[in-house]
Amino acid sequence: MVSTTPVTSTSRSHGAELFDVQRVRADFPILSRTVRGGRPLVYLDNAATSQKPRPVIDAISRFYGCDNANIHRGLHYLSEHATAAFDAAREKVARFLGAGSAREIVFTRGTTEAINLVAQSWARTNLRPGDEILVTAMEHHANLVPWQLVCEQTGAAFRAIPITDRGELDLDAFERMITDRTRLLAVGHVSNALGTVNPVRELAARAHARGALVLVDGAQSAPHLRVDVSELGCDFFACSAHKLFGPTGVGVLYGRKVILDAMPPWQAGGDMIERVTLERSTWAQPPARFEAGTPPIAEVIGLAAAIDYVETVGRDAIARWEGELLARATDLVGALPGVRLIGTAREKAGVLSFVLEGIHPHDVGTVLDDEGVAVRAGHHCAQPVMQRFGIPATVRASFAFYNTPNEIDELVRGVERARKVFS
Amino acid sequence: MSSLAELYQNVILEHNRSPRNYRVIAEADRQAEGNNPLCGDQLTVWLKLDGDVIRDVSFQGLGCAISRASASLMTAEVKGKTRREATELFERFRGLVTGETATAPETLGKLAVFSGVSAYPTRVKCASLPWHTLKAALEDGAPTPVTTLE
Repeated sequence: MVSTTPVTSTSRSHGAELFDVQRVRADFPILSRTVRGGRPLVYLDNAATSQKPRPVIDAISRFYGCDNANIHRGLHYLSEHATAAFDAAREKVARFLGAGSAREIVFTRGTTEAINLVAQSWARTNLRPGDEILVTAMEHHANLVPWQLVCEQTGAAFRAIPITDRGELDLDAFERMITDRTRLLAVGHVSNALGTVNPVRELAARAHARGALVLVDGAQSAPHLRVDVSELGCDFFACSAHKLFGPTGVGVLYGRKVILDAMPPWQAGGDMIERVTLERSTWAQPPARFEAGTPPIAEVIGLAAAIDYVETVGRDAIARWEGELLARATDLVGALPGVRLIGTAREKAGVLSFVLEGIHPHDVGTVLDDEGVAVRAGHHCAQPVMQRFGIPATVRASFAFYNTPNEIDELVRGVERARKVFS
Repeated sequence: MSSLAELYQNVILEHNRSPRNYRVIAEADRQAEGNNPLCGDQLTVWLKLDGDVIRDVSFQGLGCAISRASASLMTAEVKGKTRREATELFERFRGLVTGETATAPETLGKLAVFSGVSAYPTRVKCASLPWHTLKAALEDGAPTPVTTLE
């Protein structure tokens, strides 16, 4: 199992390391199941959620089987044990993301809640009419709608940087749109609909020069790229465990300490207070201030196991292997007649979005599903992206490090079959 | 027949390629819009009524093969029927595509080609959206779009 033994590497002639994909696949029990009457599962819907390796499943099972207790409360043995595991997980997440301290890591329900936290705590308190929030036209709805809502609440203006025909950010437009009125730039690190990797570090530097804060939606980057928030220079970074081979129900908000310290609570309840009387209450320090109620303890421990797993496989090895898969899929699917690739940015990660002339993406998805190939067909919660390209939906194949070149070939065969069915 | 072939029967594929009544009725008495926010399908249904009888019906919109063929076959089937007959046909059709009620396919005429839909729960809404939209148009020419998630 990978968690105990490093992935075997053998040298290739050009010096790159050979990735032992069969070995990592063996760690994911679900990958050996069949679907639709006996077809091997070809799971290419990783941008929606990733599959879970055995160490993650075992960590959650072990917690409930042996260690379950509430945290930060009990004086008893189990509670102390659970609290220690929970706090260690926070340290682990901080190291994984390159945060300066575990106090900068807030656990949330997911990326969506992390972004809403910043919108309703920081933005709602600090924005005034005349201020602007700048987003991009390629954002997931989770990084659009919370800002639209807080703009309605505060009278601030909401502006979206357009994207080019390749699905890259229009950097000239960005230069024009980032002004002294901009209070926050909210940008996706990797687009879930297009796969575009945005130049977050450069954008953050430009935004900071104008005095704006920067929030990075890292839901799609954390599973694929080496993320270091200090290097990116962002003020907030949000991601979800379930896309990172961990459980659903937990996500992370990284926030720079000095900013978190000045933010008011968003939700209130137990665990987020310092002192409560019937007259008034005072707030705990971050991150507790933003974690009212019992957190998803087992899930946080599952997330820590997922991070261990990813680091054992190696984030650079993951990025390299996925890059090869994406290149193969882009070449083979892109060469099929009638295919139009949506999102052809020079820097991409993990996602191949396309449409087939004359065939609705849902029909392509159903034919692929009949072959055991799981993809997403739809607007991917990025309707402005669909509007930008004048299409109702795309077929999206999204990759993880446990996918194989053979599975890309299955995808290609399925797309060819869809063309035959609807010709 | 495999379940995929059962879903995409030839009649459905043919109506997807060449949908009937795919046009605007300029002097429509009623019109309604249907949306499926989950998948982005959208269509408009136009009606010309003669008392209680559907004299003409048409549609336009964006959607998958199932929703396009369903709209096309629907317009062909309900033309000339009374509101009540059309509504009853919808009920039987809904029973067929959801698989919730045993509907004898022969009572559905050409619409029986949608019998394969019930094996694909996520596609039921594709087949039923045009009918929900027709029903809204029949009821009050719905000023606000119909949204269906079923």
